[in-house]
Amino acid sequence: MEDIEKPFETKEMTISMGPQHPATHGVLRLVLNLNGENVVKCTPHVGYLHRGIEKLGENRTYFAALPLTDRLDYISSMNNNVGYVNAVEKLFGIEAPSRAKFIRTMVAELGRISSHIIWLGTHVLDIGATTPFLLAMAEREKILDLFEELCGARLTVSYPRVGGVRNDVSQKFLDQAYEFAMKFDARMDEYETLVTENRIWKERTVDIGIISAEEAVNWGLTGGTLRGSGVDYDVRKYFPYDAYDQVEFEVPVGKKGDCYDRYLVRVGELRQANRILRQCIEKLPEGPVLADAPKFTLPPKDMVLKDMEHLIHQFILITKGPTVPEGEIYVGTEVPKGELGFYFVSDGTGRPYRMRVRAPSFIHASVLPRLCEGGLIADVIANIGTIDIVLGECDR
Amino acid sequence: MGLITTLSAPSMSLVEVEEGVKVLSPNIVITSMDKLINWGRSSSLWPMTFGLACCAIEMMACYASHNDLDRMGIIPRGSPRQADFMFVAGTVTKKMSEIVRRVYDQMPEPRYVISVGSCANSGGIFNTYSTVQGCDTFLPIDVYIPGCPPRPEAFIDGIIKLQEKIKKEQFRWGRWR
Amino acid sequence: MEPLQIAEKIKERFPEEALAIREFRGQVSVTVKKDRIRDICRFLHDEPDLFFDYPVDLCGVDYMGMKESRFEVVYHLYSIKHRHALRLKAEVPEKDARIDSVLPVWAGVNWHERECYDMFGISFTGHPDMRRVLLPEDWEGHPLRKDYPVKGPEKEWSGFLDVLERSKKYRRFDWQG
Repeated sequence: MEDIEKPFETKEMTISMGPQHPATHGVLRLVLNLNGENVVKCTPHVGYLHRGIEKLGENRTYFAALPLTDRLDYISSMNNNVGYVNAVEKLFGIEAPSRAKFIRTMVAELGRISSHIIWLGTHVLDIGATTPFLLAMAEREKILDLFEELCGARLTVSYPRVGGVRNDVSQKFLDQAYEFAMKFDARMDEYETLVTENRIWKERTVDIGIISAEEAVNWGLTGGTLRGSGVDYDVRKYFPYDAYDQVEFEVPVGKKGDCYDRYLVRVGELRQANRILRQCIEKLPEGPVLADAPKFTLPPKDMVLKDMEHLIHQFILITKGPTVPEGEIYVGTEVPKGELGFYFVSDGTGRPYRMRVRAPSFIHASVLPRLCEGGLIADVIANIGTIDIVLGECDR
Repeated sequence: MGLITTLSAPSMSLVEVEEGVKVLSPNIVITSMDKLINWGRSSSLWPMTFGLACCAIEMMACYASHNDLDRMGIIPRGSPRQADFMFVAGTVTKKMSEIVRRVYDQMPEPRYVISVGSCANSGGIFNTYSTVQGCDTFLPIDVYIPGCPPRPEAFIDGIIKLQEKIKKEQFRWGRWR
Repeated sequence: MEPLQIAEKIKERFPEEALAIREFRGQVSVTVKKDRIRDICRFLHDEPDLFFDYPVDLCGVDYMGMKESRFEVVYHLYSIKHRHALRLKAEVPEKDARIDSVLPVWAGVNWHERECYDMFGISFTGHPDMRRVLLPEDWEGHPLRKDYPVKGPEKEWSGFLDVLERSKKYRRFDWQG
């Protein structure tokens, strides 16, 4: 009898979640100290995908480092490329022509849709709904087909160039993109019917992982994760780059800063991205797609094949790199995950002396203990999904 | 299938088991154990859900609508204990290599590995201090799929190549070494 | 507030700390001594006119053989309320590669400081969890230093050698032998 009446002794349990776990969105590892179902301590371990992109970037010319940025956030490589070329252009002091800017904005928004839609699918899948995942992946295939039509690659595109874009868009691409954009809002309604007002979904996300506005700013969060807390910081509005100052769009913000608000913000962003895409196609100006700055941009390919001077010029630019003014520059752009910043220190040669990538996922992963501790173990999954991390970018 | 031959003459095909109920006589199938077992193995390959980097996104695209690997009997499993083969999909770093190896060690025999993408095949563009230059340095690889990342069609091609390899195996059921 | 005005304000408040002010393409960087970096950051965060509430980035730069003090820790700061930005650079010599952590001011620099330690070997005093973040904990050397080769040093990391050793040992259990 005494044995039974004695209070039941519980011990803290430590479990390791990941790096091989279907719901960690890659190779994130969390060490969770649990008291029953409550998370007492959460320690994220990253670096399982650290490939040394920053070190590699320092050993390549500014042109040759562009394909590395594809592999940062591999779900939205287009946005990384756009961020990279914007930073390099500011360092070089050149500007892309108006048509190239519109094209970049257009493809960046397509990339944003493809990234957010895969976030929607996997986040919802982690919490238990399979249908939106299958629908979202089918939707994403359409965007990948568009990219293939544009530049021949599905995932790692490397389409933007320093000073513009690689090639002009075809009429077929514009037609298909416009058709996609016109249908997309109705498709979004369909997804939202499945998820937004779903009772199970709300039970799992409302009031989970709350972070206040001041705290979110102090933690350095950006993107949808910050805007869910009610701060309207969006690099596209605060520091307009490319053609974002010539299109109309709104920045959706949340109120409470829980998982559900962050979900609503990203769904709002999907609709806004579509709105920007439509405007870009409608307003697309005529003109060249590469800046007329021979010192910093490669000569046209047909001239290289015909003309000796152009060939020498291309050879020197490719092997030695351009002559860059000494200085340092930080340029942030809004990628689907948040603010992706590139910080370059130039020593006057064709290679960056220091190439630093300010990766939003890295900071978002560091906030996980703050979100998870004190909650239930089931909410850890919701929290990982809601901050929308990609480990390629986090570990670099 | 073409491998299994039924030897039943038409005249003796029906046997009366009850009054008025006739069923087919027991068929005789003559084939080699190798062919039968390899046929079974190659037709329901269950991969381990294990994404490392960019190629994992294309792998997801394979499993999802549009390309749908289910129709080939391929259903992703969350646990290595239930898996037949593993995609090494993405860059393997030195820090990750130990975990990749452990996942492989946890898989039951017979087990196969498909190396996906340039990074897993040879290190790809990441020839740096932290990247393993080809995951065949510590894993036995059956099929290499080139590409950075490979298209879903390439994935399917790689799986078909693996099926062909399995169908050619001999005596991989009789003993344990 | 204009970035140059902010720089002047820092110079006014900390006349002995601010070493140089440089402008390039509209971005202003202020080089400071490392000794009172936490006070400077506290001032930048708390002063109502400045109110740098958002830590954009923190990283290290290795100026081997180019500058007197080898390292620089670079802080990118931004004020969401006032919409102005500033770059703060603290010089860190090689002999005494240590600087005060600014974690009490901004929670967001937590992992950035750890990464800086990981990549450059600059340790941040006052940081509660000064471990490597990206590389394994027993890794030797700091990769982003300029004297570290891209492909890594001759001596392989012991953890990866273990994996190679184990894969060799387990090879005899494999089917192909």
